[in-house]
Amino acid sequence: MAEAARAGGHIIGFAATTRTDRWWVGPLLTVLGLGGFVVYATWAAFQGSHYYYGPYLSPFYSPLLFIDPNAPGAAPLGQAWFGTWPSWWPSFLPASPAFLILVFPGAFRATCYYYRKAYYRSFFGTPPGCAVGPLPRRRYRGETGLLIVQNLHRYALYFAIAFIFILYDDAFRAFFRDGQFGVGVGSVVLLINPTLLAGYTFGCHSWRHLVGGRLDCFSCDRSSALRHGIWKGVSILNVGHMQWAWASLFWVALSDVYVRLLSMGVLRDLSTWG
Amino acid sequence: MSERLFRIWRGTAAGGSFVEYRVDVDPGMVVLDVLHRIQARLANDLAIRWNCKAGKCGSCSMEINGRPRLACMTRMNQFGGAEMIAVQPMKTFPVVKDLVTDVSWNYEQNRRIPPFRPKPRPADGQYRMRQVDVDRVQEFRKCIECFLCQDVCHVLRDQSRKDAFVGPRLMIRLASLEMHPLDTEDRVPALREEFGSGLCNITRCCTEVCPEQIQITDNGIIPLKERVVDRYFDPLLGLVRKVFRRK
Amino acid sequence: MLDVSEIQTFEHDVLVIGAGGAGLRAAIECSNRGMNTGLMCKSLLGKAHTVMAEGGVAAALGNVDRRDNWKVHFRDTMRGGKFLNQWRMAELHAREAPDRVRELEEWGAVFDRTTEGLISQRNFGGHRYPRLAHVGDRTGLEMIRTLQDQAVLKGFGIYMECTALQLLLGGRQIAGVLGYWRESGRFVLFRARAVVLATGGGGRAWRITSNSWEYTGDGYAMAYEAGAQLMDMEFTQFHPTGMVWPPSVRGILVTEGVRGDGGVLLNSKRERFMFRYIPEKFSVETAASEEEANRWLKGDKTARRPPELLTRDVVARAITQEVNEGRGSPHGGVFLDIASRLPAETIRRKLPSMYHQFKELAEVDITREPMEVGPTLHYFMGGARVDSDTQMTTVPGLFAAGEAAAGMHGANRLGGNSLSDLLVFGRLSGIGAAQYVRGLGHVPRVEEDAVRAAVRRATEVLNRDTGTNPYAVHEDLQGVMGRYVGIVRAEGDLKIALVELERLKADAARVRAPGASQYNAAWHEALDLRALLVTAEAVTRAALVRQESRGAHTRVDYPGERQEWQNMNVIVRRGKDGRMETEVERRQEPPKTLAAIAYATIEDLEANRV
Repeated sequence: MAEAARAGGHIIGFAATTRTDRWWVGPLLTVLGLGGFVVYATWAAFQGSHYYYGPYLSPFYSPLLFIDPNAPGAAPLGQAWFGTWPSWWPSFLPASPAFLILVFPGAFRATCYYYRKAYYRSFFGTPPGCAVGPLPRRRYRGETGLLIVQNLHRYALYFAIAFIFILYDDAFRAFFRDGQFGVGVGSVVLLINPTLLAGYTFGCHSWRHLVGGRLDCFSCDRSSALRHGIWKGVSILNVGHMQWAWASLFWVALSDVYVRLLSMGVLRDLSTWG
Repeated sequence: MSERLFRIWRGTAAGGSFVEYRVDVDPGMVVLDVLHRIQARLANDLAIRWNCKAGKCGSCSMEINGRPRLACMTRMNQFGGAEMIAVQPMKTFPVVKDLVTDVSWNYEQNRRIPPFRPKPRPADGQYRMRQVDVDRVQEFRKCIECFLCQDVCHVLRDQSRKDAFVGPRLMIRLASLEMHPLDTEDRVPALREEFGSGLCNITRCCTEVCPEQIQITDNGIIPLKERVVDRYFDPLLGLVRKVFRRK
Repeated sequence: MLDVSEIQTFEHDVLVIGAGGAGLRAAIECSNRGMNTGLMCKSLLGKAHTVMAEGGVAAALGNVDRRDNWKVHFRDTMRGGKFLNQWRMAELHAREAPDRVRELEEWGAVFDRTTEGLISQRNFGGHRYPRLAHVGDRTGLEMIRTLQDQAVLKGFGIYMECTALQLLLGGRQIAGVLGYWRESGRFVLFRARAVVLATGGGGRAWRITSNSWEYTGDGYAMAYEAGAQLMDMEFTQFHPTGMVWPPSVRGILVTEGVRGDGGVLLNSKRERFMFRYIPEKFSVETAASEEEANRWLKGDKTARRPPELLTRDVVARAITQEVNEGRGSPHGGVFLDIASRLPAETIRRKLPSMYHQFKELAEVDITREPMEVGPTLHYFMGGARVDSDTQMTTVPGLFAAGEAAAGMHGANRLGGNSLSDLLVFGRLSGIGAAQYVRGLGHVPRVEEDAVRAAVRRATEVLNRDTGTNPYAVHEDLQGVMGRYVGIVRAEGDLKIALVELERLKADAARVRAPGASQYNAAWHEALDLRALLVTAEAVTRAALVRQESRGAHTRVDYPGERQEWQNMNVIVRRGKDGRMETEVERRQEPPKTLAAIAYATIEDLEANRV
């Protein structure tokens, strides 16, 4: 692992360091957490089935643009924005509504200023830890080469904001089974989901910049004073951006798991509907 | 009083090695105190750069057990009883001797930054800024120029891209000027082209080592990157600006 | 024989030694005036002790209290200095400080603001009104960074980690400076028509000091050796509140801002003892009860100031007496309590670096528990004697500003007056030096024999096979000064100190630094010893001469101020035989207008009757 020493006694090479603490615990947890999520989300998206139960819709599948009503555990056709599953869909891909929409929240998280840190460190090894040798590369270009796309984060943000509304709509529907108001564990799970997502989305660095961060003077007129107020609120959320990111990530997967297990008949939902 | 084992890198740019010292440590001591004791008793010519001994001047930057730190703010009681303590010079800068490095590169970068250009004074001669307007800039101006952030930044430390990126310290300096309510200079193009805002991949080590707890990444570099996005990557905002004819 | 032409050489119109506030401001001014300017400093740029200044810069801006103006500031300064200040200097200082502060703002400094958006000002010991422009408790950092950036903008030559060893003369005039690069150990010769000393003080001669390693009295020693007169050297200010525990940080400053913001001093019996130490002269303007002091703090303009904000000499002596009479804290100080006075959030916002400093260094949370504090050697009021308007010393072409110069602060300096001193007199010394250079008929030539002698003297330390350990000699000196030339002095002690200093001089002449000259800490330490010893001796001799207690100089054998001494300055200089000699010199009569202001009642001043 460690290569030749140089002036100063620093060792060179991937993961080389004089640090004596367990610096690798953080990146390792990130690999497990993010890797686990990606594997599960991909698997769940490929299913194309068991994403709907009673009024509950898995957030991985929302919004439903097209529906294949023949899939087991599919939502009723009336829930689709554009009707039945299109015939042009290539047959080698499962007819999963998740494929049509997951790219948006995915892009938001992938270009997020927190997640960037997390995966640059734990997957790209640039660097794996502070004062720890990075994965050797010919010429480091940071976010000026291919990764210049990270600058599109704010566009992903616009979509992510739209998703909050969509998911709150799902949560609202989750309180009505066959037109009758009620509360089930699933309703609560689906209500917490967009709430955590909102906490994550509205603490976004790009959002913080757009609402007020771009101003140099907060007190110069009434509108900038208002924006300063919003900026301060966003700043509070921003401090916990990492925590919000993980909580919302975990919860969205949990929501899918919960709906899926209900739909598959493995679990029973506790609810007022009986 | 207890005896501790120190491993200190001794040498010059031409080469050197770790040398071990056994030294008595009193309660309440910081690493710099121990180094001074070693200097006074065991190694008279040990080179250390230090000044205030209170975390205010940012001179005694070095790497203690592999972590970039101020020696004057690293208390001995945070180390386990039998733990050996390794002390090295900063990696990012050329070694002068022992624990002292040549940090002149940072001063050279500072010279490249377009200076403060204030608005003209109002008629009564008094500039007016609200505390809310200066809070943000004041955070950046807490910087004590210890250059630990420069040391830990992998772009400078490991990737040898001093040619393309000025490093977190200078990004913070740029932020303190760009967000200054009185400043009229536009540094956004230079931020991208000359100072390399795109080279930073926001892995936040700079923030982790900052002894002044400046939120270098969240409050400094990311907002600067967003200003670059405003200018170069956001046609929508450009259009809005055109329509409403405002900056 | 050493060939002087082989030494690396730079030429400047003006060379400034020291890159703290005064040095930077002087160099900027010289550069503005078209001088080819050079600036050398022992440390890296921006690390000088100015960075440690916490409380603020005193200037009668009148932003917080409109009643403030330069006359009140002048009066406060004179009263604080026990009327020993050079009248003209105190006047220039009070008049020009506001412009210097506003100038900093124009250079990018970001001071804390009032609700109207103006520069905010805080209360401080000895200042009648809230007067200190500040940035939390890191005002010095803000100032030095602003000046540093301005210096970089000017683009003049800056020589970092370059120590001045000796001033070089051509005839009787300044002709240059010999120094060495700390990094390489190589010598460097600056040929300059004028030199500005901005070298700060010499606190390192004492063990308990707020000063860092740099403050070894280089300016005093170099000026003295070049034939300049030193003045007021007996006035060494002990800041009342330095940290006392742990031992390794003993002496590090706790800002007066803690008391300005409401902090109180308590002894081990939890008594607010300062009420017992109010000098008669200040009793009219000081609160008589805790209730009144609290009202003042809330902004009640009819109430008088808390006694914790009396001048530093008074507070330092009071603390010493409490400790000596057995009412001290566990580690030999007293308690400074802000925790019970302000909400934790406010403390963290107003005193962030104090919070940080105690948390990190002493593991004390100042928002929950009191700090332990005690006096620490902080500042030299004395220094090179200068002309009040030009800042030129008694050697032609040699200027001094800031702590290196004498006269501005008299017998005791008010907190906050040092930062403004640096700005005002830094600039004036720059003007003075530029004018001197313009008026200079011929260019004095460096006497090469002196260069050779200085180089020899410095390298001997490295070439010895055996000798004393320079660190040990320094520690010995610190012990002597702490024991015999402390806050409270007596003839017997001072005489012992002089004997001890002779012994130390002999030790210092035999020090040896092992290793090569490259970044050799032992060698640097050995070279600094010479200046430390000159400084220590000057303070001791001057303290022996002044037979009274005034300001920061307290003699148990001569208690109280003596009127005749108010008209006297103690001058220190090198005699013809090479030995240090002192002289008591009668001061000039003060200008009538200034005397009227200084002795006026505050009511008359406020009503503009003076």
